[in-house]
Amino acid sequence: MEFVRKEVNDIGIDETLRRVDETKIKKAIDWVLQKEASARLKVFVETCMRCGMCTTSCHHYLSHDNDPTYAPAAKVKQTIWDMIRKKGKVSKEDVKKYARIAFTECNLCRRCVQFCPFGIDIAYLISLVRRICCLIGVVPQYIQDQALSHMQTTNMLWFRQDEWLDTVLWLEDELRAEIKDARIPLGKRDAEILYLAHGLEAKYMTGLLTGMAKIMNVARVDWTMPDMDGWDYTNKAFYAQDHETLGKVVKTHYEVAFKLNVKRIVMGECGHAFRTGVYEGVRYLGWKDSPIPYIHGVQFFYELIRSGKIKIRKKIEEPVTVQDPCNIVRYRGMGKMIRYIVKATCENFIDINPNFEYNYCCSAGGGMIDAGPPWKMARIEGGKTKAEQIKDTGAKLVIAPCHTCHKGIEDLNQYYKLGVHVKFLTDIIAETMEIPEEMRP
Amino acid sequence: MEQFFKDPSIYTLVRGPLVWLSFILFIGGMLYRVSVILKMAKEEKVIYPYLSLKYALRSLLHWLIPYGSISMKKHPWFTFISFLFHICLLLTVLFAPGHIELWKESWGINLWALSAKLGDYLTLVVLACLFLLLLRRIFQRDVSFLTSPMDYLILALVSMPFLTGFLSHHELLFDYRLMLTIHMLSGEILLILIPFTKISHMFLFFLTRAHTGSEFGAVRHSRDY
Repeated sequence: MEFVRKEVNDIGIDETLRRVDETKIKKAIDWVLQKEASARLKVFVETCMRCGMCTTSCHHYLSHDNDPTYAPAAKVKQTIWDMIRKKGKVSKEDVKKYARIAFTECNLCRRCVQFCPFGIDIAYLISLVRRICCLIGVVPQYIQDQALSHMQTTNMLWFRQDEWLDTVLWLEDELRAEIKDARIPLGKRDAEILYLAHGLEAKYMTGLLTGMAKIMNVARVDWTMPDMDGWDYTNKAFYAQDHETLGKVVKTHYEVAFKLNVKRIVMGECGHAFRTGVYEGVRYLGWKDSPIPYIHGVQFFYELIRSGKIKIRKKIEEPVTVQDPCNIVRYRGMGKMIRYIVKATCENFIDINPNFEYNYCCSAGGGMIDAGPPWKMARIEGGKTKAEQIKDTGAKLVIAPCHTCHKGIEDLNQYYKLGVHVKFLTDIIAETMEIPEEMRP
Repeated sequence: MEQFFKDPSIYTLVRGPLVWLSFILFIGGMLYRVSVILKMAKEEKVIYPYLSLKYALRSLLHWLIPYGSISMKKHPWFTFISFLFHICLLLTVLFAPGHIELWKESWGINLWALSAKLGDYLTLVVLACLFLLLLRRIFQRDVSFLTSPMDYLILALVSMPFLTGFLSHHELLFDYRLMLTIHMLSGEILLILIPFTKISHMFLFFLTRAHTGSEFGAVRHSRDY
């Protein structure tokens, strides 16, 4: 069985490969495999018995008609094992293949880890491949661009400070049409909660930020958003395994929180940012856990509904199913909270199968959607399993509490004609909650 | 050991000094490998702080009990064969009547023994399982894609002591003495190679599961089985 793929051109990969030479490539491989990685790499590579138990756990394998080259262990074989076997003396063609596998055929969802008898962390091994590619500079252009933006502005889309302030001010102004004297506090000291938003919510998806502000106002939360850089919780450097930038972004978030002297950080509905905010970034900075609580939108909404701060006026009637985002369910066990919120807001909930931590990835995660248009079909094809899973539920509405899952499933919906629509929990709560009489304008 | 000095021959060499050597290398090699890995894990900084006894045991338990994990339930036949293989292998190695005599002779310990007949059957089961695993390696597409010559070599290495043990017991092919010598030699080679080949999974299993089990259970609040 050979590795056969349609040719895809990506400047971020092809142009760099034209410029670098094999010595630099070997240097990067040696650095990562011998200096940065240690016990885990060694033990994981040596313990794998090539038994194939992980094979059918991968949605890419299933979606590509059981093509063995898409199996989790096969991706390690074609990358890490290959580099080790060749002692780092690999060709540019090899690196191109490694980058393609690591960035566009694996979502780092870790489902395979649950199916491996030895618990080998295959996603970790693939992230080492990304790290090597990152040090060489061979990273999909769209991911590179966003990581560079994070490096300079701490947000993902080159947003300037004045643009941020201006955006929040007009959002606040518009919100007042719905909620009397609504506030989106900026840079308020000693607040209970520092709320961070997704970069896109300041530019293309402002409705989502408005929805969140609406919920905050109705629940009478003592909150603020940053009036400085660090308002965007995303961390695209993670996809490139650019640890330095990743660490810098997470550090900025905590610094803003300390500067404003808040009690907790709350972020919206996003997977990778939560993962970097509580795991990757925190560990990179040398902390065992977050220095102050770092709460995901799902946890926050769960609190609001449970404590009665938000009351539901009228539940949604159409059949609803959920997407369990890997980064907050397989990585943080929030499956039950998601269902609690969904059942509180929707009449007709149909669970997906498999669910909770055994759910399939949306196929857009781990940077695949951020790899941009050149790789769109890679994730659409890899998402066939997900599409079928959604179709089987018969639901008309898919609730995806993660930006990546949300967009990924929207694209799957369009391509596979699933006839569903996709919403965030923020949308659902903002739509169904009761707005007290005195708050109505 | 004394036998060898009184009457030095290949047979007494294999039966005496080489047994010692192979056990020393097996245990020493194993301890060496584990200690190196534990030291390396310290350098990694993200292993020890997150280890949790409770979740490491939860993980080990689910993967040591047949069909204790979803993955095993999804691969019923492979799970059946591999459990059967490992159980029969361990039983035969530890409790075959011939081996029991050796335990008694060299350490003075009296262990429960399998009957000769049962020992025979278990050996055949091990060999049959190895054959099925070989077929799976050759014919199942995803597994054959992963397979390298080393994987076949390991199957051969493991099957040798069982095959020769069976043949010597039934005095087949070669004369009993010669076959027994080959049997012991192949067992010793296997023992020595365990720490330095993929067969080291017999002890590395506990390390990887402890890490992944803790990471999934204690940190990520989800299941790894």
